[in-house]
Amino acid sequence: MKNFTPPALAGQRVPNRWDGVAMVLVMGVLLGVISVGRHTISTPIAAIQGTPIHLDPSYLPGYALRTAARMFAALFVSLLFTFTYATLAAKSRRAGLLLIPILDILQSVPILGFLSFTVVFFLGLFPGQEMGAEFASVFVIFTSQAWNMAFSFYQSLTTLPADLQEAARSFRLSPWQKFWRLDVPFAMPGLVWNTMLSMSGGWFFVVASEAVTVGNTTFALPGIGSYVATALDQRNLRAIFYAILAMLVVILLYDQLIFRPLVAWSGKFRFETTASVSAPEPWMLKLLRRTQLFRNLGEAVGAVFGSVFRLRLGRSAAAQVDENRAPSKLIDRLWYAVIAVLALYAGWQVVSFVSTTLHWHDLGTAMLMGAYTMIRVIVLMVIAALIWVPIGVWIGLRPKATRIAQPIAQFLAAFPANLLFPPVVVAIVYFHVSANIWLTPLMLIGTQWYILFNVIAGAAAFPGDMKEAVANFRVRGWLWWRKVMIPGILPYFITGAITASGGAWNASIVAEVASWGKTNLMAQGLGAYIAEATADGNTPRIVLGVVVMSGFVVIFNRLLWRPLYAYATRRTTLG
Amino acid sequence: MDHTVETPLLTVRNCRQSYHKEASADLVVLEDVELTLRAGEIVGLLGRSGSGKSTLLRIVSGLLKPTAGEVTWRGTPLTGPAPGVAMVFQSFALFPWLTVQENVELGLEAQGVKRAEREERSEAAIDLIGLGGYDGAYPKELSGGMRQRVGLARALVVHPDLLLMDEPFSALDVLTAETLRTDLIDLWMEGKLPVKSILIVTHNIEEAVLMCDRILVFSSNPGRVAHELKVPFAHPRNRFDPAFRQMVDDIYGIMTRRKTPEVPATPAAAPTGFATPLHPVGTNLMAGLMETLHNPPYDGRADLPALAAALQYEADELLPLGETLGLLGFAVLEEGDLILTETGRRFVEADTEERKTIFAEQLRAHVPLIAAIRQVIDQRPNHRASAVRFRDELEDHMSPEYAEETLRTVIAWGRYAEIFEYDEEAQQFGLEEEDEEKV
Repeated sequence: MKNFTPPALAGQRVPNRWDGVAMVLVMGVLLGVISVGRHTISTPIAAIQGTPIHLDPSYLPGYALRTAARMFAALFVSLLFTFTYATLAAKSRRAGLLLIPILDILQSVPILGFLSFTVVFFLGLFPGQEMGAEFASVFVIFTSQAWNMAFSFYQSLTTLPADLQEAARSFRLSPWQKFWRLDVPFAMPGLVWNTMLSMSGGWFFVVASEAVTVGNTTFALPGIGSYVATALDQRNLRAIFYAILAMLVVILLYDQLIFRPLVAWSGKFRFETTASVSAPEPWMLKLLRRTQLFRNLGEAVGAVFGSVFRLRLGRSAAAQVDENRAPSKLIDRLWYAVIAVLALYAGWQVVSFVSTTLHWHDLGTAMLMGAYTMIRVIVLMVIAALIWVPIGVWIGLRPKATRIAQPIAQFLAAFPANLLFPPVVVAIVYFHVSANIWLTPLMLIGTQWYILFNVIAGAAAFPGDMKEAVANFRVRGWLWWRKVMIPGILPYFITGAITASGGAWNASIVAEVASWGKTNLMAQGLGAYIAEATADGNTPRIVLGVVVMSGFVVIFNRLLWRPLYAYATRRTTLG
Repeated sequence: MDHTVETPLLTVRNCRQSYHKEASADLVVLEDVELTLRAGEIVGLLGRSGSGKSTLLRIVSGLLKPTAGEVTWRGTPLTGPAPGVAMVFQSFALFPWLTVQENVELGLEAQGVKRAEREERSEAAIDLIGLGGYDGAYPKELSGGMRQRVGLARALVVHPDLLLMDEPFSALDVLTAETLRTDLIDLWMEGKLPVKSILIVTHNIEEAVLMCDRILVFSSNPGRVAHELKVPFAHPRNRFDPAFRQMVDDIYGIMTRRKTPEVPATPAAAPTGFATPLHPVGTNLMAGLMETLHNPPYDGRADLPALAAALQYEADELLPLGETLGLLGFAVLEEGDLILTETGRRFVEADTEERKTIFAEQLRAHVPLIAAIRQVIDQRPNHRASAVRFRDELEDHMSPEYAEETLRTVIAWGRYAEIFEYDEEAQQFGLEEEDEEKV
């Protein structure tokens, strides 16, 4: 198990005015999307009648297939985005100044809050066709996957070993050749790991994005998510269990056929000088590598790619590095001016939009709701830490238990938690307990596993000689936790916790409101605020809610996680 | 090899490399360097780390554009990595995800050579360099020596006229390095290497004398060619030949010779001391060297090449050590000899606490930076001083890397001598609590 820097911490940048510029620009673009969407919202869109969703389990395999297909379509788009956006940000200083803060803001925006607008936006592009809804769904998954992949790739590009870069230049590789021979392979382990995390997170969004209600209209794309939505509507608990079962099978296949083989394969690209003790090969990879048929197939595919990668595209990078050449001040100034104009325009748009529709007390309400949700997130994180840290450490220190538990934890992290909501909702309705309290755990159901498997990884990576030293001095009990184990796993724990807390904010939009047939449950919080505004088609409130939530997440990352992570990595590593 | 007089392969004229500093004078790395390379010779660039010899190699390779001066390759000005130049790297710079064969073929791919020819040429290079049978292995499966052979094959396969080698054997152990050197020289003498000339950067004096026909000795700060020597011996050369030993001794002498007197007569005269980068030499290492010097067979005076051989150090490792002892007044460097001073002898004979006291005295007297830090701490009411201002001051005089290294060294020395404490989290200097009460 490797521990990669979580993307939200990747930059380690000092917040500066570029963050403000990025925030304004992102908001401006979102408003653009919304204003296109709003025009279409008002016109009747009932014209598209999707195929009705059947609750007969025999339809489920087909639905599952379509759900999975959306995932892979989104993955493909995310990869394209990663290769272009991150490359541009890394190779061009001027572009990087703006693109990286934008990425930073984007990954804090709660995607689900904008679901309705993206659907309407894409329906506007393809009026009267199911295609529009499909694109919208793929787009939502894309927005859940792309940012951390791009961050990971950007990070790799900025840490390319200097000697390999020099070798590539002195042997005169063309930019295209260098990209495929150096840039991509070097980034591969981190990129594959982040892609797989993105995929795991994506199942949640694919389920949420298939059935969307905007105002009075519900769009349902054939898939597991719509199946569950229909089952909820018809109070069909049995169908929900079928859906959970189908999803389990899909995730299991994804885990075994794709996740594990890919992560193991990417180990080949790890940049290290010594051969490390390798984990056992996943059976799927073994099959691909050892079977004659698959090997021939693999070699044929490799040969085609190889000859594409060898193409001498682009001007040969023959230019010398001139360390004395200062970048042109004039072009810098022009570039800043263009950005300033764009930012001012976007800011003006935002202000005029907000000032005509919202009052200060709206902001107060949204902030208060945000505070409620924040308390939920904090309480949940504390509870999750108290439960999972001891369990994770117990497992991680026992290699046998680790081998069994680690894959299960990763598997559970991929399982879309929203499928598990209905049973809880039914229970709340049945026992008449407070929705404010009992809806809360749903926010962390899906993402708590990130804490568990990172803690396991941390404990498993705890150095053997230190374990022996601790045993030798008979350090035990609370002292052991305080001085040995907690510092030992801290960077790992924080890596997991940041993923979990980010996910919890996002999940609040679907977790703070729930329905069972005609019964609606609602908790007080920003997630419910956004969900309610979406149901009412109240655009300004959605925007306000999303902006406030982004703000909370950004501040959470900046003030809590980033310093904590920096502290942990500084203090708990030698040298 | 043809020794006919023709246009030189490469000429470097009036080469200067400097980095612009906003606040103060430019940092000069290379000053007024001249170099001519002809076909049929192996030329060595010998110097201490920081003497700019690797920078010169990068300029020659076309990777770096010099601030001033002109570089011509086969009569035409060099504007980028030239087709006839190939480089071997100190760190090998192999691509870990490519097999030996794929690594070797890299330069050919860049030239767009067709597959059949690629395979044929890489096969030949791999066999020539003694890597036959390793074609399909990944670099991480190979030992250091084998990896550098891959690096060599990768450079040779493009049939370069000029082979550039950047400290090619310094990352290898002594025996492996020796095997690679002799193999390379054998191939060169037999005319099997598809190259016309070799330019090799090294800090290892014996390596330079063993391999090169001509040696340019660099001086530091700024880097310039201090001496040019012809090596008159025929290959294969014998390290134990007295003439060989004499030449090594002479070069040691050249490299330890100082332009200015070492220890200033008036200690801590001015903040000029800020301008000298300090070598990151640990206090235990210094104590160990002084003890070795003090004890038989040296009894206070050692010949540097002999000492280097006995300690298995290279010149580049021993010289900073000796210089640091010299700077602190524990020893004197004289024409290739290291002589323990009276203070040095007192230090060796002292116990742990006394050693710290002596060390502190020497630091305060000879390292202006440490004296300055202590002074600022004493002046401040809270007895704390930020490290950032000292780093900034250092950066006015040297590159950020050297400034960082110098600061680290000062922190380590000051802590050992208990002149101050350092808080890494806050990046602040302070005093020990008992000291604080006294002040």
